[in-house]
Amino acid sequence: MKALVWEGANELAVRQVPDPQLRNEQDAIVRVRRTVTCGSDLHLLGGYIPFMERGDVLGHEFLGEIVEVGPQVRNHKVGDRVVVCSFVSCGKCWYCQQQQFSLCDNGNTNPMITENVWGAAPGGCYGYSHALGGFAGSHAEYIRVPYADQGAFTVPDEVSDERALFASDAAPTGWMGADLAGVKPGDVVAVWGAGGVGQMAARAAVLLGADRVIVIDRLDNRLQMAQTHLGVETLNYEQQDVSGELLERSGGRGPDVCIEAVGMESHSSGPQFWYDQVKQQLRIESDRPIAAREAIYNCRKGGSVFILGVFAGLVDKFPLGAVMNKGLTLRGAQQHGQRYIPMLLERMARGELVPEHLATHTMTLDEAPRGYEMFKQKLDGCVRAVFQPTS
Amino acid sequence: MRWLIGGAVVVAGGVVARRLLGGTDQGDGHRQRGQARRRGPQWHVATVNRPAGDVAPGGQLPEPLAGLGDAVEVQLRPAPGDQGTEIAVRLRDGSRLPVAAAARRATGRDPEQAIRAALRESKQLIETSEVLHPDYPPTTEPTPMNKPLRMATQQGRREGRL
Ligand SMILES: NC(=O)c1ccc[n+]([C@@H]2O[C@H](COP(=O)([O-])OP(=O)(O)OC[C@H]3O[C@@H](n4cnc5c(N)ncnc54)[C@H](O)[C@@H]3O)[C@@H](O)[C@H]2O)c1
Ligand SMILES: [Zn+2]
Ligand SMILES: [Zn+2]
Repeated sequence: MKALVWEGANELAVRQVPDPQLRNEQDAIVRVRRTVTCGSDLHLLGGYIPFMERGDVLGHEFLGEIVEVGPQVRNHKVGDRVVVCSFVSCGKCWYCQQQQFSLCDNGNTNPMITENVWGAAPGGCYGYSHALGGFAGSHAEYIRVPYADQGAFTVPDEVSDERALFASDAAPTGWMGADLAGVKPGDVVAVWGAGGVGQMAARAAVLLGADRVIVIDRLDNRLQMAQTHLGVETLNYEQQDVSGELLERSGGRGPDVCIEAVGMESHSSGPQFWYDQVKQQLRIESDRPIAAREAIYNCRKGGSVFILGVFAGLVDKFPLGAVMNKGLTLRGAQQHGQRYIPMLLERMARGELVPEHLATHTMTLDEAPRGYEMFKQKLDGCVRAVFQPTS
Repeated sequence: MRWLIGGAVVVAGGVVARRLLGGTDQGDGHRQRGQARRRGPQWHVATVNRPAGDVAPGGQLPEPLAGLGDAVEVQLRPAPGDQGTEIAVRLRDGSRLPVAAAARRATGRDPEQAIRAALRESKQLIETSEVLHPDYPPTTEPTPMNKPLRMATQQGRREGRL
């Protein structure tokens, strides 16, 4: 079959790879109809996560049709139109039973790497390097879905492919950030990053009753999109004083909840950016935590900070003093999609959650390298590039 | 509370059942604590999200742990906070010289590694009824750059920090 593969840092190619096979009795094979770029892929593409091999298939946010099921798959049959959670989770271990699906004990076939780097292994993820199981990604005509009863969700007829696609990763990630950060009616919520994840977090905060939601980025097209489609306020950090504005918009208190949806390649125009960039390139620091620092600094006393952006290792100049002295709650997680996807599909069916505006560019799988270039460089207003490997 | 189960597959059923149902053997308990202070073989422990009766029904350990036979000592105990059952396994014979361990590791015949793999796989089998396999056939190709990673992931299927 045809797939988009990683060939080396910043090198992608579309080529033939072997078709996936059922490997376990709870597996399904899905024919991929739509699969989309995610900010997480950029960290892999740039070589910031050193656990990729030449030939690894990228992609983890996808929707398609089941074409084969293992003998222990109970809830799905051939022909089901499904959206699949980006994380591979067994549904049976203690973490899965606590609804912390991305922490699954059994979903990662290579636990040693992350056990050594982080002290314990999270679950697996499609197309997300050998540290997270080495599962082939979804930018391909077919994909193997382990624990299909847990990770694949039948899409209601009234929800289109275009909409349901984002129930795989961006929407549950954003929802989890707002939910686990404890957003409640009346809160002022600030979200760093107006990519797919930040926008979905902002929308979740609105739906959870936040009084004001403020999205921060430097890309005007994305900020405009957030205002138009999500009903939120925005701040351009290159043109406005973020700290001053946040204080003013929160009665001098600071936001109750600050959500970081930027990740390890965070950008800033100040000297801070070059400091972190140089250290990252020299591998003295693995991640650039600029937005995370700002989220912590600006959060109100006793407030809550949630890290949705992906970080791989070590950061520098981390404001632990602010966390401690302001009594903040600091949390982060890879997404627990299985916990939220059924609810999100219902909201999509009711028209409360309408994420398809994120799909600024739709193309064939052959065009995927160009799609990634646009997504990475944010060219032509690209927010998400969607590929259609099969129709 | 602790139970000691012989690593051998077949232990007198009644004895093990009695231990699983709550009867502890004081003598064994003291011996364990005593040994822990000395430098002895390392315990490898995993928590399985099931009650002890499901982990070793009728005192029968699950495969592949059972396959380790008399070479290992196995303890089962309930995990606190309703987290299931802790399975602790260690080699029966005395401590080993690091040099010998390194040599066994290099030749892929490290018994500690075998214990870790057996624990991990037993946990998966009990919890999910299968051992999750990586994708096959692979889409990747070996290069000089990814050689260390390929070696690490081969080891990684067998062990981790467990
Ligand atoms: N936790 C999870 O499970 C999960 C799931 C998906 C994605 N992610 C992560 O979420 C992050 C965002 O993903 P995305 O797909 O939206 O990425 P994206 O690249 O489309 O968007 C990131 C946005 O952050 C903005 N940005 C950069 N520096 C900033 C700064 N200092 N302040 C404010 N904004 C800044 C960029 O301009 C961009 O618009 C990534 O790190 C990704 O890996 C996490
Ligand atoms: Zn993602
Ligand atoms: Zn699990």
